[in-house]
Amino acid sequence: MKSKRFSVLGLFCTLFTLVMALAWIFPIYWITITSLKSEDQTIVVPPSFIPWPPNFDSFVYVLQTSPFIRWYLNTIFVSVTVTFFSILFALMCGYALSQLEFPGRKVVYTSILVGFMLPFSALAVPLFMMLNHFKLVNTFAGLILPQIVVPLSVIVFKQFFDDVPRDFRDAALVEGANNWRILFRVYLPLNWNITWAMSIVTFIGTWNNFFWPLIITNSTPMLTIPVGMTQIQLAYGVQFAEICATAVLASIPTAAAYILFQKRVTQGVMAVAGIK
Amino acid sequence: MENVALSNVGRKEVVRGSKRSIRRRLAPWLFVLPFFSFYVLFLAYPALRVCYLSLTNSDIAGQGSFIGAANYLTLFQDQDFWASVLHTGYFVLLTVVPNTLVGFLLAVLVVRLKRLRLFVLGCFFLPYILPVSVVYDTAIWVLDTNFGIVNLFLGSNISWFQDPVLAMPAVAGVTIWWTVGLNMLLFVAGLQNIPKEYYEAAALDGAGAWQRFTSITCPLIWPVASLVLLLQLILQFKIFDQIYLLTLGGPFNSTTVVLLYMYRQGFQQGRGGYAATIALMLVLIIIVVSLIQFRILRIRRTPQ
Repeated sequence: MKSKRFSVLGLFCTLFTLVMALAWIFPIYWITITSLKSEDQTIVVPPSFIPWPPNFDSFVYVLQTSPFIRWYLNTIFVSVTVTFFSILFALMCGYALSQLEFPGRKVVYTSILVGFMLPFSALAVPLFMMLNHFKLVNTFAGLILPQIVVPLSVIVFKQFFDDVPRDFRDAALVEGANNWRILFRVYLPLNWNITWAMSIVTFIGTWNNFFWPLIITNSTPMLTIPVGMTQIQLAYGVQFAEICATAVLASIPTAAAYILFQKRVTQGVMAVAGIK
Repeated sequence: MENVALSNVGRKEVVRGSKRSIRRRLAPWLFVLPFFSFYVLFLAYPALRVCYLSLTNSDIAGQGSFIGAANYLTLFQDQDFWASVLHTGYFVLLTVVPNTLVGFLLAVLVVRLKRLRLFVLGCFFLPYILPVSVVYDTAIWVLDTNFGIVNLFLGSNISWFQDPVLAMPAVAGVTIWWTVGLNMLLFVAGLQNIPKEYYEAAALDGAGAWQRFTSITCPLIWPVASLVLLLQLILQFKIFDQIYLLTLGGPFNSTTVVLLYMYRQGFQQGRGGYAATIALMLVLIIIVVSLIQFRILRIRRTPQ
């Protein structure tokens, strides 16, 4: 008797969870569906939830009338470059802080911990001035360079390297390997999952960054997707199918990264929050 | 002859040896230097520079002179600044605790699932990885005054982001929809770390589901909850993107937050020195409030 009541309660909870989940994902479904409607169809009441046949006019229109592809290439270039260098530098620095003894080690580690607590947005004014001084405003260098510094990645890698048993390093040293080999042939493969996870999270974060590109770019061809797409709305006015098509196009890389690597993204965001 | 040659070789080796030991001591810096030089250039230097700038009347190009504490005196009498602090505080109130609570409740719902788990987790988390501009597009379409599905469903014509009373709660709601997935993930991890034996033992002792929830789940999840609360607090004080896109500080400046005010002063009106002062004040507020929260959370934690 008791177990039966329990399973009814359980079923109710599961149903409630499912309804919540579908409600949560609904806005994303809704913009995807709207992007496949013609402009007239978007404002029909009552709205259709499964438009058939799908209409790709708004995608074609967005791609043909705006520099969307240029922004796409900009954003890919910026995100890939930032991810590559920030992960490489963080791996190297994390390895040194975790495994090597050298003068100034404590100073470096403390300053990285302090740096991790400084909000980037508070540094925007002096950063802009500095880059302006070197004529790097509205350039790829200006977009990329400040985003490479991610103190948190160093801290995460240091913590993961701390957990590698010392035997691995000692064995490699006996075999005559130098630190470069040890890092890239021993420590990196051992921590491949977290490196991959941090790379995906860094990529998504850079792709999505809005604040810095907003400040450092000022001409249409230099914009990244998140800033550029807001200009489309200003140009088109209220054209919902086109707005939704822009949104869908802009989300494809990060959404694909998440759906393909759900486990790694989860691991990455948790490591960033301080949970292994 | 041979002896001389040998001693020469020996001396060379000694010299090379000491050079090598210095090189060996400094070799790790090759690993640190790439990151650290970027760190000094793009983080440490700007952090020091922002302090100096707050004491100048420099424009956004950096041209200006030292004016002492004048910016701070202006700031303390600047009604718009204090209004922006209040608006930020209001946004923090509307997001920090609700976002943590909703994340916790979703995690409790998700963690008991088996087959549907990955799908449900994905539904709640997917919004988090979208760019803020996509969130903005979604929000203006779903919440559109005339054709938005929410207003159609409610049979109303509410202009969510143009209403002085509703604008901030609407932005907060959108923020929770966007970011709660992360909190949920952290809570799911925390819930999984609670040993199953505790629940089994409590069930054997006759504790009901609700009692197990309040006397096992809640106290044991508290460390995660306080972490999430702290992360949220620091994050939400830095609110800029959603406001910039959804309301641009309006209507009637009712949603102008500190960073938006800084952006306007610095990048639109060219007052670099004053913007630096605002940025520093924000950092100070964040530090003070996080310290206070840290204290409160620790005090609440000790009795349990």
